Amino acid sequence: MSSYNNNSVRLNAATKVAVFGGTHGNEMSGVTLVNLWMKNSNEIQRKGVETKPFITNPKAVEKCTRYVDTDLNRAFTAENLSAPGGESLPYEVWRAQEINNMFGPKGSPEAYDVIFDLHNTTSNMGCTLILESSKDHFNLQMMNYIKKALAPASCLVLLNEHPLLKYSTSRSVAKHPVGLEVGPQPQGVLRSNIFDSMRVIIKHALDFIELFNEDVEFPPCTVEVFRVLERVDYPRDANGNIIAMVHPNLQDCDWEPLNPGDPMFQTFDGKTIHYQGPGTVYPTFINEAAYYEKQQAFVTTKRETLVASAVKKS
Amino acid sequence: MDHVFFPAFSRVAISGGTHGNELSGVHIVREMQKHNVNQMGSLSVCPILSNPRSIEVCRRYIDTDLNRCFTDALLSTPLTDSSSCELRRAHELNALLGPKGSDRAMDLVCDLHNTTSNMGLCFIIDFLDWILLHMVKYVQIKMPTAPIRVINTNVASKSLSYSVDSVAKHGFAIEVGPQPHGVLRADIYNMMKEAVDHTLDWLNKFNAGTTFEGDKVEVFVWEKSVDYPRDPETSQLTAVIHPKLQDNDFKLLQHGNPIFKTFTGETVNYEGEDLYPFFINECAYYEKRIAFHLAKKETIAFPPISVKKE
Repeated sequence: MSSYNNNSVRLNAATKVAVFGGTHGNEMSGVTLVNLWMKNSNEIQRKGVETKPFITNPKAVEKCTRYVDTDLNRAFTAENLSAPGGESLPYEVWRAQEINNMFGPKGSPEAYDVIFDLHNTTSNMGCTLILESSKDHFNLQMMNYIKKALAPASCLVLLNEHPLLKYSTSRSVAKHPVGLEVGPQPQGVLRSNIFDSMRVIIKHALDFIELFNEDVEFPPCTVEVFRVLERVDYPRDANGNIIAMVHPNLQDCDWEPLNPGDPMFQTFDGKTIHYQGPGTVYPTFINEAAYYEKQQAFVTTKRETLVASAVKKS
Repeated sequence: MDHVFFPAFSRVAISGGTHGNELSGVHIVREMQKHNVNQMGSLSVCPILSNPRSIEVCRRYIDTDLNRCFTDALLSTPLTDSSSCELRRAHELNALLGPKGSDRAMDLVCDLHNTTSNMGLCFIIDFLDWILLHMVKYVQIKMPTAPIRVINTNVASKSLSYSVDSVAKHGFAIEVGPQPHGVLRADIYNMMKEAVDHTLDWLNKFNAGTTFEGDKVEVFVWEKSVDYPRDPETSQLTAVIHPKLQDNDFKLLQHGNPIFKTFTGETVNYEGEDLYPFFINECAYYEKRIAFHLAKKETIAFPPISVKKE
C-alpha cells in the first residue's frame, strides 16, 4: 500500500525479497551466485528481511542452455499464467506458473516485495540495472543508491516500458522487479570480474533495503535512464539468413551515441551499411547472442532524467 | 637443411561449423557456397559445413563432439542404430574428404573454429609439417599486426589424431578468439577470412613453382592441462580463473603465479614448471575438465621447399 504526502511516497517495509539466478541457464554469474547463497545465505541476509535465493530454470541450468522449450523470461504473460494443462505445458510455461504461485501471484498484495533477477549478456554493457516502470519510485531510489555506491565505477539504468517491446519477465511477479544485466561474458563462461561486479551490486541493493526498513528517508533525487526506443534487426536475405554483421565501429560501443550516417553493419564482402535514423540514439544490447533468433542486432535508447519522489517506510 | 619437394596440391577443403555455434567458420563457408566457390587458381576447393544439424540449433554438438570422432579406431568402428549423430557424420566426412590415410584423401583440410579464450589467431597442427609451417610463416608476414601463433597438439601418432582435419594429407585448424559462442563478430570474421585467403594464395604460389626459403617459426607445443578446483561430491566448480590469468593466453605462467580465485576470495597459485597457458576459460572445456592448457615454446627451423615437378 503506498500513499503520497508532499511528494513523498510511503511504502510498507520490504520484507519478502528474492534473488533469481538461472532464468537463462547459461548465464553463469547468477547461476553460480545463487547456488553459493543456497548453500550459505549469510552474505545476503539483512535485519528484518528474509532474502530467498532461487534457481528459476533448473532444467536449463543443468543443460547449460538458455531455455529448454521457450524463453522463461518472456513467459510470465497473463495468458501463460492462467493456461490449463499442468505438466503437459511447455516446461517454462509450467515453471512460470509455479514461480508465480511461490513468489506472486503477480499483481496481488501477497506478491514478493522485491525480486532481483541476475543475467549476463555477450554485449559490452558493463553493469546495467533494468527498470520496468518509470513510476516505481522505490526502484528509482534503490537504483540511485546503487549507482552512487558503485561510483566512480559505472552502473547504468535501462528503462523498458515500451508498450510493444516490453516483455513479461520472471521478476515481474514482484511488486518491485529489478533486472541486473552484467556483460560482456560469453554464455556458459564464468569470468571473475563479471562475477564480482554482480555480487557487489546485490550487496548494495540489499543494504538499501535494510536502510529503508530501518526508517531511513531517501530524499527526492534524479536518475538518468536510457529509455528503450526500438529494436534493430540484422539485414537478412529472403530466407531469413543474416547478410551482414554488426560493424566493427559499433561493436562493443554500447551506450555511446550513434549518429545518423554512422556505420552500423558490415556485409560479408566488406560494404558498410549506415544508420539512417532521424537523430542520435544510444544503442545497447549490441550483438547479444540470444537475440539473433529474436531478430535483434541491438536496441536504440534515448537518455532521460527521471525524478524520483522521496520514499520512506510507512 | 636440405631442400624438400612436395607434390602439387589439387584438392583442398575449407570446413566450418564442426562446432555449430562457432559462427565465423559457418559464415565463411556459407559465403563461399553462396558464391559457388569451387576453383581458386590451380586449386579445386570444397567449402563444407561439417555439422549441419548442430549449426541449425546453434549448439556445439547434438550427441557428442564431432571434432573428437576422427581417430582411426572410431572411424573403423562399425555404425549401429545407437551410434551418435556425430559418429555417423564422421564416417560420412571420412568418405567425402578421406579416407584418412589413403591416397584419395584431400590434399589439405583447413577447419575453422572460434574460442571464447583470448587466443588471437592460432594455427593448430598435430605434427610438424613443413608445408603447414611455411604456410603459417607466409600468413604471419602478410598479416604483420595480427596475433598469429602456432600450436602443436603433440598427438602421439596420426592414428590418434581425432580432429576432422586429420583425414587430409595435410590438415590443420584455424582457431580465432575471443568470440562468444553463438555470436558473430566482424573483427574476428575479417581476421579469419583474411588468413584463409592468404592460405589459399600460398597454395597457388606453391603450385606455380615458387621456392619458399627455409626459416624458423615459434611453436607452442602442448604439455599438459589443468582443471578447475571442484567440489569432490558434486564436481561443481569452486573457483573461477583468476583475474590475473584471465585473457593472458600465451603469457608465461610461472610457478607461484595466481591461477584461480575461489568463491570465498582465496587465491590458488600455479605450482610447476614455467609454461605458456592457452585456451584459458574456453566455454566448451568446462565439461572436458580443462580450465586451461599449458605449452612449451620452441623455435622450429624448417627447410626450403618447392613443388615436385612431374
